[in-house]
Amino acid sequence: MKRAGFTTVSLPVMLLLPQLIIIAVFFYWPTVVALQSSFYLQDPFGFGSTFVGLQNYADLFSSREYRKIAWFTVIFSLLVTFFSLAIALVLAVKADKVLRGARTYRTLLMWVYAVAPPVAGFIAVIMFNQSWGPMTEFFGLLGYNYMVGVNYNDTAFAMILASVWKQVPVNFIFFLSGLQSIPRSVREAALIDNRSASGRFWDVTFPLLAPTGFFLLIINITYSLFETFGIVDTVVKGEPGNNPMTLVYKVYVDGFRGNDLGGSSAQSVILMVLVLALTVFQFRLIERRIHYT
Amino acid sequence: MRKPKLSAVADHAVLIAGSLFMMLPLLMLLQMTTIPDTEIIRNGPSLTIGDQFDDNFEKAMFQASGFSGENTGLSMLKNSFILGIGFAVGKIVIGMMAAYAIVYFRLRFATLAFWLIFTTLLLPLEVRILPSYEVVQWLGMLNTYQGLIIPLIASATATFFFRQFFRSVPEELVEAARIDGAGPVKFFIDILVPLSQTMIAAMFIIMFVYGWNQYLWPTMITTDEDMYTLVRGIKQIVQVLEGAVVPEFGRSNVLALVAVIPPVLVVVFFQSWFVKGLTESDK
Repeated sequence: MKRAGFTTVSLPVMLLLPQLIIIAVFFYWPTVVALQSSFYLQDPFGFGSTFVGLQNYADLFSSREYRKIAWFTVIFSLLVTFFSLAIALVLAVKADKVLRGARTYRTLLMWVYAVAPPVAGFIAVIMFNQSWGPMTEFFGLLGYNYMVGVNYNDTAFAMILASVWKQVPVNFIFFLSGLQSIPRSVREAALIDNRSASGRFWDVTFPLLAPTGFFLLIINITYSLFETFGIVDTVVKGEPGNNPMTLVYKVYVDGFRGNDLGGSSAQSVILMVLVLALTVFQFRLIERRIHYT
Repeated sequence: MRKPKLSAVADHAVLIAGSLFMMLPLLMLLQMTTIPDTEIIRNGPSLTIGDQFDDNFEKAMFQASGFSGENTGLSMLKNSFILGIGFAVGKIVIGMMAAYAIVYFRLRFATLAFWLIFTTLLLPLEVRILPSYEVVQWLGMLNTYQGLIIPLIASATATFFFRQFFRSVPEELVEAARIDGAGPVKFFIDILVPLSQTMIAAMFIIMFVYGWNQYLWPTMITTDEDMYTLVRGIKQIVQVLEGAVVPEFGRSNVLALVAVIPPVLVVVFFQSWFVKGLTESDK
């Protein structure tokens, strides 16, 4: 708050009202409903509901299918996060270094930011088309019969590839901006102290980029958990069957298609706890970042 | 002097490989919009550029598809623009108003309002998707633009962003304005809004792209085909490709391209604003 702020009361209340009404109706209300219905068992035909306590949660944790999906989500998130961070870091370091064509490279490497996840999934579907997809043919040359939508691992790989492709640009933008904020004097000092480029990278650049990296780590995990929904949905063509899926996708499948409101809400609550933990972790990192610089 | 040259070649090689990784899927999509469907079904994408683009474009944009016959590319394009622009404008207007109230007024419940608003940053829409759907249904807003846009606005990213920016505006400005007799409304409209122009532009780009690219929410909330956005239509396209005797790849690829081009152009042309907005909003 500004020290020299205005003292009127009615105007700020009116300014705040639209925001407060919207979040009350479309944030707090649904969140409370999700919490509440996770303790109830909904009749599938819409005839009322019964309080079942923690039964929905117990069912989830003992369900083999749910554990399998949770496990897949963990591996999926780790792989997507690792590869999109690593590829983006390499590209950002190079793009920061070259003199000629820097702007062109920057544009070519970041435009995918604006591509919607389901479109990325759609491109993957085309690329891995069973009869003529370029990626299928490439794997065919290596002697592997690639089958998206049939083979569990093949489908998972297509999802991961599309998710990485979509996420590299964001990381690239942040890494490049982090690199460009490293002072010239620091770089020159490093250049005098250490003649090897890789030595300079690991001893000077990498630690200075660490705060950006930590921040991006959380962003990328959140991305793999939630925003990849569109990719998963298009790659499995809306019919999950035996295909791999993520936890968010499962919430949608159970709640929207299967009409299992209680179970789906319990899954939502588990995801809420997960995101809250990540966000708290992120805030603590940002606090530390202030001491860092 | 040979060595640095060699490393520069390697740098460019890495960057070119990265650019190809990003570009090839787009080029493939482009190529496939220029050839007839029968050619795609036989051979898939190739290196030759055909002459069927007009035909495919015409089919995708102006001919109806789906069950209702109201679902042309043009109507989806219109809906995408309404969602992208409506979302961005709504979010910026509401966010700026709330941020102004929080930063520039001495309000007793300002702290409470602050926490109520910023808690929304913690949980994305995806974790409360079903109850949100029920609320919208209860309000009778299924298949409406309000139902599509307003629930997406219920998170405080823009408010947070403008709060940070307003706090960095020098204190002396308000003092000077008050001495000159400017009231809060005049100060906001004549001083703060013009000062925020760059920030507003950056926010607009980010929010437009975000709104345009929404998928899960439009998928749930719009069942009328004339309410589909392009991104939401992708789902239908993929399913149609599966079942058809002669899958219309030309048409679907044009639609995928049209779904991608407006946000990409915005990001590419307003690159510096966009990068600034993106990298500064996290602090």
